[in-house]
Formats: sequence, C-alpha cells, structure tokens
Amino acid sequence: MEVVKIDNATRVYKIGTMETQALRGVNLSIENGEFTALVGPSGSGKTTLLQLIGCLDQPSSGAVWVDGKDVTRLNRNQRADMRRGHIGFIFQFFALIPTLTAYENVEMPLLLNGHSPSERRERVMELLKAVDLVERAKNRPDQLSGGQQQRIAIARALAPKPALVLADEPTANLDTENGTQVMQIMEKLNKETGVTFVFATHDPRVMKYARRIVTLRDGLIVENNGNGKNS
Amino acid sequence: MLQLFKMSFRDLGRNRRRSFFSALAVSVGLMILMLMSSVINGEMGSAIQGAIILETGHIQVRAASYDQNKSSLKWEDLVVNPDQIASQISVLPQVKAATPRLYASGFISAGNQSAGARIYGIDPASAANDPYRLGIISGSYLKADDSAGLLIGKPSAEKLHLKAGDNVSLSVNTANGDVAEQTFIVRGIYSTNTSSFDSATIFLPLTKAQTITQAQNRASTVFVLLKDASYTEAVASALKGSDLKVLTWKDLNPLILDWETQANSYISILYLIILAIAASVIINTLIMSVYERTREIGILSAIGMRGGRIMVLFLAESTLLAVGGVLMGVVLGVVSAYLFNIHGFYIGNMGLTGFTVADTIFAKLTLNDTINLSILTFIVTILAGLYPAIMASRLQPVEALRAEK
Ligand SMILES: Nc1ncnc2c1ncn2[C@@H]1O[C@H](COP(=O)(O)OP(=O)(O)OP(=O)(O)O)[C@@H](O)[C@H]1O
Ligand SMILES: [Mg+2]
Repeated sequence: MEVVKIDNATRVYKIGTMETQALRGVNLSIENGEFTALVGPSGSGKTTLLQLIGCLDQPSSGAVWVDGKDVTRLNRNQRADMRRGHIGFIFQFFALIPTLTAYENVEMPLLLNGHSPSERRERVMELLKAVDLVERAKNRPDQLSGGQQQRIAIARALAPKPALVLADEPTANLDTENGTQVMQIMEKLNKETGVTFVFATHDPRVMKYARRIVTLRDGLIVENNGNGKNS
Repeated sequence: MLQLFKMSFRDLGRNRRRSFFSALAVSVGLMILMLMSSVINGEMGSAIQGAIILETGHIQVRAASYDQNKSSLKWEDLVVNPDQIASQISVLPQVKAATPRLYASGFISAGNQSAGARIYGIDPASAANDPYRLGIISGSYLKADDSAGLLIGKPSAEKLHLKAGDNVSLSVNTANGDVAEQTFIVRGIYSTNTSSFDSATIFLPLTKAQTITQAQNRASTVFVLLKDASYTEAVASALKGSDLKVLTWKDLNPLILDWETQANSYISILYLIILAIAASVIINTLIMSVYERTREIGILSAIGMRGGRIMVLFLAESTLLAVGGVLMGVVLGVVSAYLFNIHGFYIGNMGLTGFTVADTIFAKLTLNDTINLSILTFIVTILAGLYPAIMASRLQPVEALRAEK
C-alpha cells in the first residue's frame, strides 16, 4: 500500500520579486515499510519535498496524498492533526524541547494525542529501551550528547506509532560513530515495526543503509533506484 | 493542560531574572495603584470629615436671606431664637449635637501687627465644639459667661507673638454696619492641625459675640452634627417647612465635592498610565520569549500541536507572571499603605482656600480596592499576554523550524 503519493508537485518560493523553483513537477510514490533516501546536491529540493510530504508546507501546484488523504485540501489545524497522528519528524539539529526531560520529550506527542498516563509510561519506556537511553530518562537535552539527543528525537518521532517517519539529514551534525548508531537504530526500528522511513542526506555512509535512493537535481527527480522494500 | 503549565513554568525558570523583573513590574504597578487609592481614600475621607467637623457640620439651619460669603449680621439675615431651634433639633434621635453659631468678620491686632479674622461665636458647652476644646494647646477653653476672653489659632498666635493671658485688640463688624473695637484676653491657643482653618478663626463665647455685634438674641446659623452622615437627607427633610433655609454638608462643601470628582478622573488616567507601563513590560517579555523560542514553537507545531494550544502555552506563561506579580503586589501594596497609615504623609498647608484640608494625610486601604485593583491588574497582565500568544500561534512551522538556534 502507498503511504505517500505525489502527483506533479511544484513549489515556488517568492521573495520580493525573485522566484525560486524549488520543485518543478515531482512524481513519487512511497510504499508502506520503505527505507528510502532522498539524495542530491545542496539546493536540489530535498528539504522542500520532505516538508510537503510532512504537511509542514503546501505545494504551489500538484497534489500530495499521505496515508490515502489529499493533504493539500487540509487547513492549518487539520494539517497539525495529520502530523500528530501519522507523521514523525527527525531534524538535523536535534529538535528537542529544551525545558523538558528526555522522558517528557518522548511523552509529548502521546500527551497531544490524549493517551492515558499508563499507556504513556509503557510506550515511553519501550521506546527509551529501543534507543538504549533508559538511564537518561531524567536528563534535559543539554545534558545529552548530540547522538543521544538524536536517539531521543527518534524515539519521540516513533511514539505515536506514525505511518511515516521523515528525517532531514539526521546524521549531518554527528560524528561517524554516532551517525552509524543512529542509522542502525532507524534501520532496526524499520524492520521491527514496519514503519516507513524517508530521509534526506548528502552522506554516502548513510546512503548505503537505504534500500531505495531517489535522486533530485534542480527540483526534479532524476534517478530512482531500488524498491525500498525489505529484501 | 497541566503539562502546558509545567512547560510555561519551566520556561519562566529558564530566564529567571527576566521573569522576576517582569513579575516585579506588575507588582510595583499594583503597589502604586493600591497606594494611590489608599492615599486618595484617606485624603477624601479626612478632607470631608474635617470640613464637616470643623466648619460646616452635617446640616445648618439659616435665615433664608443669609449670605455666608458676606457674614451678614443684619437682623433680617439672622436666625431668631436660635437656642430654642437648636434644642428642638437636638431631640431628634439621629442628631448628635445642635448648637447656634454667630459668624462675624473683623481683625485682630497686637503691638503693631494685625491680621484678618473670622469670628465664631460658639456655645462652649455644646459637644459640637469639642474639636476646638480638645485642640487647646495652651491656656484654657472658653466659658459661656466669659466676656473678655477669646481663643486664637496657633498660626495667628505665632504671627502676632501672643501667649495665653496676653491682651489683644479685636475689631468686629456689627449689625448696624459699624465696627466695634474692644480689648480681649487670649484665654487659650488651639490647633486643629488644619492650617487654613486655624490661621483665620477666632472663637468668642456666643453671648459675648451677640453683644459686641449687637445681634442680640440672634445667630447666623444653627449648626447640626449627626450621629452618621447617612442620616443627612432624612433629617434635612424633617427640618424643612419653616421659612428657614436648611443646608446639608453637600451644599456647604461644593469645592471639596468638585475636587473629589475631578481628582477621581485624574486618578483614573493615572491608573491607566501605570497599567499601560506594566502591560508593556509584560508584552515585551513575552515577545522576547516568543522570538527566543521560535524554533521550539516550530518543533511543537511539527509534532502536531495546534495553533490554539500553542497560544494557551503562552497565555499560561502570562497567567503565571500575573499570579506571581499580583501576589507580590498585594504584599507590597499592603505593607506600603500600612506604613503610610501609621506615619501619615505631611502636605502642610497647601494654601488651598475655600475648603478645609488637614495638614497630614493618612492612607486608608480598603479591602474592596485591594480586590478590585488586583483583579484589574491580573486582567490587564493576561490581556498583555494575548498579543505575543497570538503571534506564537500564527508562526508557520517551516519558518519556525528554519530559525537559527
Ligand atoms: N523559504 C525559502 N524561501 C526561498 N527560497 C527557498 C526557501 N527554502 C528553500 N528555498 C530554495 O529552494 C531551493 C531548494 O531548497 P531545499 O532546502 O529544498 O534544498 P535541499 O536539497 O534541502 O538543500 P540542502 O542539501 O542544502 O539542505 C533552494 O534553491 C533554496 O534556496
Ligand atoms: Mg535540506
């Protein structure tokens, strides 16, 4: 089944009178359970594409379906609801709430989704175990290393059991060892839970984990290798 | 919801000093409001109270043609048989005291100095004149049959270098338009702590005043003090009906009442200014907080927090600031009003003519004012938080996420 379907999407940024064609007509379909990399040179439109898929932004033309819904028809609140229920995000900077502990950061999406305290506790502990950070539960983000913060961000992204996790250069701010660890955790979670991962990257060491590589150049998909499925 | 408050609370804690000073701005604002209202209360209360006790009473009964600005002594302008009228009024249950008074104008001289004087002929025995009796600071009070003694206020005594027992010469206008001059003995020097009154007023026993002015058995007014000001209208209407004129303290103190209304409108403007200052500090703090947390707002939005909830998050922050600020402000306000209440606030003789103002103001904070001003401050603080909160809720997640850390 398709988690994401993009139909001739464009995105034009206007700054003053200057227009930038970030995407020029992208067609893409991503199946459930894929582990797919978006690659391409800087400025090719990877982040822009992830933002469209993630309902953070809307295309200038064309359509985007996520989990079977045409998300271009949704209003602000409906898009927020869509993100909350169906999509997890991992960013290049580790994007944790600085005033909340590791535990509370992972718990946040569950709170927003209205889960009971016992459900929350169980799910948070399960995820902290999966990213191997149970003993850091009470630490604030500034007391964690970059790799640890990114693992907490992964746990948070997976907390509401989304259909899709989007990661924009998740390893760009990490050294090789931590980057590898983050990729291994993502791969493991993809295999164990079947959740779809789409990540943008420049990093060849990251690309080798991908089972499908979509290459963008100047806002167009120029190459599409592999089926992203678990071989 | 609880989680939102937890987050806001921690966020305030993240920048403790800034949060503290914004709460302090709210509390200082509230403290000033409370202090102002308590001083005004004390001032208004004591000004009216002072004027009633010293000068106007609650009610006066006069001849219809009497003009107080002229201190007229013409027989047709005076009340005949005032003792009888006073004793009839005294019988009313709401009345504390009713007593005749004769007003005359003149001047007093000693050595080569002289000063203008308002002469009050009073019945020394009446309770209505207790404030003067209790104000004696040297010498003694008057006796009803004393035909050579007078009381003089402390400021005039100092100006004319008079002590109790000294001789003074008093010139008084009389009923037939002449001036009578006679030597008196200063029996006593009084002070009511109200410079404008004390420096102008000389007391004579009523009988002596009637003799020297040739008013005979007449008085300018029958002065009535009630047990409570709230009885004024009832008693005044009971006294109407004869050909005499019945005036209440409201008729007799138009300046103070005018001044009170005027002061109230100035005060409202001052209140608004103070609240606006406190509000702008809050707005500033919260806008800073929104800017600093732009990325955090982006993250919350990315993980699906709706704009409305983000708004609540920031409103929770201003609510916490409001609670802290108001609590601190009430403490500061009560303490400072208490200090002013004990020590008073010396304004001296403000040189205001036309009404009586005591030289020292005592703050008087009422529970009502405390509650109203606290609620007002609280609401203004929350409202001040509204704009930054709306600003936060309108941030686009993409823009917010792009913000530099
Ligand atoms: N908010 C924006 N306003 C204007 N132009 C933008 C905006 N965001 C992106 N662009 C432009 O759109 C194009 C695609 O940008 P995008 O961020 O998607 O590239 P990218 O592939 O993610 O690059 P990188 O690898 O450097 O992250 C670029 O030319 C960029 O300058
Ligand atoms: Mg990018």
